[in-house]
Amino acid sequence: MTFLIQQTLLYAVPLMIVALAGVFAERSGIINLALEGIMIFGAFVGVFFVNLMQGVSFFSDAYAAKNWLTLQGLELLAMLAAAALGAVFSLLLSFASVNLKADQTIGGTALNLMAPALVLFLIRIIANQNTLGMADGSDAASWFMIKKSTLGIDRKTDLGFLGETFINKVYLATYVCILLFIVLSILLYKTKFGLRLRSCGENPQAADSLGINVYKMRYAGTTISGALAGMGGFVYALTTANCASTGDVAGFGFLALAVMIFGNWKPLNIAGAALLFGLFKCIAASYTSIDINGDGICMLAKAPISAHVYRMLPYLITLIVLAFTSKKSRAPKAEGVPYDKGLR
Amino acid sequence: MNDQSRTLLQRDGTKTILASLISIVIGLAVGSVLVLAVGLSSDNLGLSSAWEGIRLIFLGLFSTGRNEAGALSWGFNPQSIGNMLFRATPLILTGLSVSVAFKTGLFNIGAPGQYLMGTLATLAIALGIPSTALPSPLIWLLAFLGGALAGALWGCIPGLVKAFLNINEVLACIMTNWIAANLVTWFFDATKVFQNTVENTKSSYIYKTAYGKTLVDGAWTYVDGNGVQTAKLGLDKIFPGSQVNAGILIAIVIAIGVYILMTKTTLGYQLKACGANRHAAHYAGINDKRNIVLSMAIAGALSGAGAALYWLAGNTEFFWKTYQSLPTAGFNGIPVALLAANHPIGVIFTGCFMSMLNIVGLQLTNLTAYNEYITDVIISVIVYLSAFSLLIKMLLNARKTNKPAAIVDSGPDSLPEEKAAAEDSAAKGGEQA
Repeated sequence: MTFLIQQTLLYAVPLMIVALAGVFAERSGIINLALEGIMIFGAFVGVFFVNLMQGVSFFSDAYAAKNWLTLQGLELLAMLAAAALGAVFSLLLSFASVNLKADQTIGGTALNLMAPALVLFLIRIIANQNTLGMADGSDAASWFMIKKSTLGIDRKTDLGFLGETFINKVYLATYVCILLFIVLSILLYKTKFGLRLRSCGENPQAADSLGINVYKMRYAGTTISGALAGMGGFVYALTTANCASTGDVAGFGFLALAVMIFGNWKPLNIAGAALLFGLFKCIAASYTSIDINGDGICMLAKAPISAHVYRMLPYLITLIVLAFTSKKSRAPKAEGVPYDKGLR
Repeated sequence: MNDQSRTLLQRDGTKTILASLISIVIGLAVGSVLVLAVGLSSDNLGLSSAWEGIRLIFLGLFSTGRNEAGALSWGFNPQSIGNMLFRATPLILTGLSVSVAFKTGLFNIGAPGQYLMGTLATLAIALGIPSTALPSPLIWLLAFLGGALAGALWGCIPGLVKAFLNINEVLACIMTNWIAANLVTWFFDATKVFQNTVENTKSSYIYKTAYGKTLVDGAWTYVDGNGVQTAKLGLDKIFPGSQVNAGILIAIVIAIGVYILMTKTTLGYQLKACGANRHAAHYAGINDKRNIVLSMAIAGALSGAGAALYWLAGNTEFFWKTYQSLPTAGFNGIPVALLAANHPIGVIFTGCFMSMLNIVGLQLTNLTAYNEYITDVIISVIVYLSAFSLLIKMLLNARKTNKPAAIVDSGPDSLPEEKAAAEDSAAKGGEQA
């Protein structure tokens, strides 16, 4: 059970934060189809940043001395770097769709094509292969994973169910993302800025007549979106993709879009949807070793179902769930429509 | 004379082509800048290697490798050109697929999935029917049609959920892509008989090799393929050493067929009407839901046919463990269609251009320290630019129509002067406004 919850959380958190990224863009009126591309880019930036920093003696000494506070600081810095460059990358989309009034779907697709191409081009030149790891050694995860020993607790002590699940073998990034998710949801719904941003996605003409700069708001929405997606990409690479950047995030950006639509563009529903999808992803990835009721038997592995079915499941479920919920879903009214001042 | 040149320049088609050419040039320029930046910033590369990379980006098709002195040599390379035509075949068809959907107002990002389902059906039919039971050309035809049909059925799914449940077709397409990727892996993993006997991560070969596995008298036996590959029609004599076959000719015929369908038939008119304004089309008595499904089915059939033509060449290897990656031939249909402004005839040329970039990428990898991903960067820049190709067209419009008098005054059809005059008048017009 502990394993199931931990794994689900690992998959759900990047989905959740990237889905929120989609909400920020779409609430301001821009369809951000480029989430996948920005994630790929953010993952590369974060991994490359850590890769560079591990060569710096300040951090490698900290690793040798097991100074875990410094290492967690490095993790936060990498998240910040991924977010910053993700935001910069998303400016390409904002520029095309706000200033040039271009087709947002095509612009997003272009970014989705550009990110893996650029990332693989650079990785090939940096590492002379198709993957870039955080560390040269195999145990890159040991740099950032929080274990009992990192907290100064003896390995044999039993922390109880909650302790084992939420303190042992976890990443700080997971909790930072959850915190950010809550803070940004409040920003979107309880502040003046959030109300203005959302009004630009519903009725930009009315917003403009009240003195809100629609262009600025849309830039803000997409930039926040880019930052979150970039960070989400790094978190994905750190927690679920073996701490490596391969120019691919296995369709997570698109799954996040589905989570966003399924969650009806509302943060609380999105959190729920992300957990559901995280569960399916977790089952797909590790159904052979999930022990649900703790009797030592892995039921799912024994069931006469092909591994391919489990892998297909997240996408199949998405399609089915969308089919049932699409009638009720309510997208921001003005999303995808370039804002034209002259229009009424 | 002057009047004629003016009308040619002012025609909408000319402007579209100009806009596409501008996109291509900017895309190639961005690629060159990237190569230059990497070359200058790296210690073991340098300016001369960057210059080689840039020349290859523009002229890679005519590269013949390196001579004894180690310098790049240039000339007619029949192998490259033949391979370009061969690789253009699936791209033209996926490009047509995306463009047909675009004309109906749908974004068919599901081409990779349809392509994979076409692959599955084609290979299963071509390898599964014993060549003793039916004549080879008939098996070929069945495999081709089966591929197209599988693609069409797969394309129907996003069409159906879009038309009847109002699910965004982009999302539905992406989900069906990944489902198809897993289905194909499952199929080849479970059946086993279609796997290559030497390397079981590949499918068997269709053409004659020592590793084929085919149904003979009801049993799976190791024989050297069943020989249903596409005919060469002498194209291999023109381009020796390349993989080219009659598939490219079939692709061109299909492109012309799609052109006729979209411009000369009632169905084409209805599809385009739905694309222009779904509700207006509905009001005018056109069954918009039927047309959306039909458009996606046609798009799927084209993608599936592209896969069929590619794999029926026989000498290509299909790695069937596709569950983690989607075929690029499907995604590259999007830039092919966008660059051609969704014109079926234009798709033939842009498909060839994209496969030329592909060859350029190979040359870059083989001859320099750079790699083939630079061409993907170029393609993505071109897609990015085509997102606002309308804007480029508007700029061209503004220059050409602002003050016709100024253009007439500019003397007997001297293009550079005319352009300068037009710019001049545009500037004046701006001041007046």
